[in-house]
Amino acid sequence: MKDMSPIDRPLLQVAGLSKYYGARIGCEAVGFELWPGEVMGIVGESGSGKTTLLNCLAGQLAPDAGQVLFDLDGIATDTVTMSEPERRRLARTDWAFVHQHAADGLRMNVSAGGNVGERLMAIGARRYGDIRTQALDWLGRVEISGDRIDDRPTAFSGGMRQRLQIARNLVTGPRLVFMDEPTGGLDVSVQARLLDLMRGLVREMGLSAIIVTHDLAVVRLLADRLMVMKDGQVVETGLTDQVLDDPQHGYTQLLVSSVLQV
Amino acid sequence: MIQIENLSKTFTLHNQGSAVIPVIRGAELQVAPGECIALTGASGAGKSTLMRMIYGNYLAASGRIMVGDVDVVAADPRAILTLRRYTLGYVSQFLRVVPRVATRDVVAEPLLATGSDLVAARARAEALLARLNIPQRLWSLSPTTFSGGEQQRVNIARGFAYGYPALLLDEPTASLDAQNRDTVLQMIEEAKARGAAIIGIFHDEAARARLCDREVDVTGFSPEQAA
Amino acid sequence: MSEYNFAYLDEQTKRMIRRAILKGLAIPGYQVPFASREMPMPYGWGTGGVQVSAATLTPDDTFKVIDQGADDTTNAVSIRKFFEKTAGVATTERTAEATVIQTRHRIPEQELTEDQILVYQVPIPEPLRFLEPSEVETRKMHALEEYGLMHVKLYEDIARHGEIATAYAYPVKVEGRYVMDPSPIPKFDNPKLEMAAIQLFGAGREQRIYALPPYTKVVSLDFEDYPFERTRAPQDCGLCGANDSYLDEVIMDDAGRRMFVCSDTDFCRARREDGHQGAMAAAAEALT
Repeated sequence: MKDMSPIDRPLLQVAGLSKYYGARIGCEAVGFELWPGEVMGIVGESGSGKTTLLNCLAGQLAPDAGQVLFDLDGIATDTVTMSEPERRRLARTDWAFVHQHAADGLRMNVSAGGNVGERLMAIGARRYGDIRTQALDWLGRVEISGDRIDDRPTAFSGGMRQRLQIARNLVTGPRLVFMDEPTGGLDVSVQARLLDLMRGLVREMGLSAIIVTHDLAVVRLLADRLMVMKDGQVVETGLTDQVLDDPQHGYTQLLVSSVLQV
Repeated sequence: MIQIENLSKTFTLHNQGSAVIPVIRGAELQVAPGECIALTGASGAGKSTLMRMIYGNYLAASGRIMVGDVDVVAADPRAILTLRRYTLGYVSQFLRVVPRVATRDVVAEPLLATGSDLVAARARAEALLARLNIPQRLWSLSPTTFSGGEQQRVNIARGFAYGYPALLLDEPTASLDAQNRDTVLQMIEEAKARGAAIIGIFHDEAARARLCDREVDVTGFSPEQAA
Repeated sequence: MSEYNFAYLDEQTKRMIRRAILKGLAIPGYQVPFASREMPMPYGWGTGGVQVSAATLTPDDTFKVIDQGADDTTNAVSIRKFFEKTAGVATTERTAEATVIQTRHRIPEQELTEDQILVYQVPIPEPLRFLEPSEVETRKMHALEEYGLMHVKLYEDIARHGEIATAYAYPVKVEGRYVMDPSPIPKFDNPKLEMAAIQLFGAGREQRIYALPPYTKVVSLDFEDYPFERTRAPQDCGLCGANDSYLDEVIMDDAGRRMFVCSDTDFCRARREDGHQGAMAAAAEALT
């Protein structure tokens, strides 16, 4: 048996996180803990504040109040108040961000290999051969044929681009992955393949992930825990299957009952 | 192993005039290691609801559900996830899997989640699938397209892959032919023999008689009855 | 002469440019923004270099202009004449005699001294521009020393061509800090960037000035397994026979006859005056 004993402290501790757009609430007083290896889904309809929250968590948007404590070698460090260089370094080492639109997360004019290699080079890799080997390995892991390594993502399908984006993000072995509607805009069959891939990677790498989506089927299959948002507020949290099968809040009940059963 | 005290459950339907529907009141139940308990009662009496509460899938209104040393009613999601990974198995009536994943890997997943290496987990999964008469040519396919009986057996293989100390079985033998039914009953007997505490719902009276040490009629936990 | 202020620009503008130059020298490789002026020549014809030269020249200076190594191209002649007219400074084609040399795309073959200033014309000062279109982002990347992207460019080169095919404007790291575009000089010239003279870089359209003080450490970026290589045509100069200078390929007639000659015309002339002769010197003589 491998050593599965998780580190006995949360990876992320969020408290009182709020963001306002003038008088309008982006998200308000959000708090939760995320533990190593956990996948948390954030669901809610458009405008519920889930993407604002994700951007605040990932350091892409400055919140107006609150803390986002990330575990750095045992020290819970507030990523909201840390300096920008530190935050940007986190963003290319310990964190990863998978965008809904691959064009936002990839360099479309750089080959697949260059896209995967960028984070390696950013943290100091200076042997072309090693970078190439790792890029090939990662393309394989996301099921992109090695002979596409020198093709640009402009020549890839939507599903391939999304898988390339995942490879590009995970190559440096991050501990926390933020995903914004990672399966949005993809065909259902392509979604399934991507979900399977992400599940496997999360388990193999012991990743923690925060996934924003409006697709309840996606969170049922990927997320351990769920946070339901409405008008910038968290209205319900809990185990994913519990929240979906026995929703307590009126809004969640409405959300769950609105999904077409297949 | 499993101990339920004064458990109650209500559903509040916020979108239907906030109607509050009590479904279980004052439920009590103990299951020792190596013991198999059958839940009985008419359809709709709350057998599945009780089982789902034990698994943490439904929230309790009050009371205690001890599984090992964890109180499912009060535990945070993380504790329940750990409980489900190492302690409490659940064979539901429905197979819910990521599409496209091979049957072999669906069955192996609980083992991988508890740290087995891939080769050992797959070997164990294949042995179980073979025992349950799932043809080998199907092992590399996703079970989503399988027949009802095949899906049920894949679900059982998955539930029995890891040796959970406590097991919840919801109609494990429904829609199985005689031979497969017998295999499943043997597997449940083996689980009992290794000391698993088992709670089951069996419409199959012969199976109940063969496996179960006691029967608990959940009609006794219905709010009308208790009132 | 009386109709122009010395070297065309007014004194306030020259002070502004000198402040930018001094700042650039203080922070080697850092791109200093400056208020680039309209010059009586189009962008792309060396307006950045001309403004830096104007702010640098004194009446006692001797000025030389080279374009791709040559003193006699339109661009070089025009700029030389411009300063003859507006500054009245002495001009020369001889590298050793010049105190200020404005250059486009070359570093002279002859080693420069501490008494000289080399002024580069720069079209695109931002080495990260190739892959990152946002100026806000590239400035941040410089500030935070996030230079992984530079290697992505070199990676792409090797992936596509089997080697680092970038032959000019080859990126360098200055004093272990800023990544800098050395202007479109051939990478053959990169090792010469560590020199005794002051080097000033002016980009008129992009409104940036940067600089290398004498003896600044300048390292060409590369990979451990694909190290930087200085390349030149594997020939000797047809005119002077030099085997260590940067060569231009010259097509000689409609039949496709060609020869390789030093791109640095002053260097080549001086060698021939010293009696060196290339294999095609006689033939070239016959053509003219």
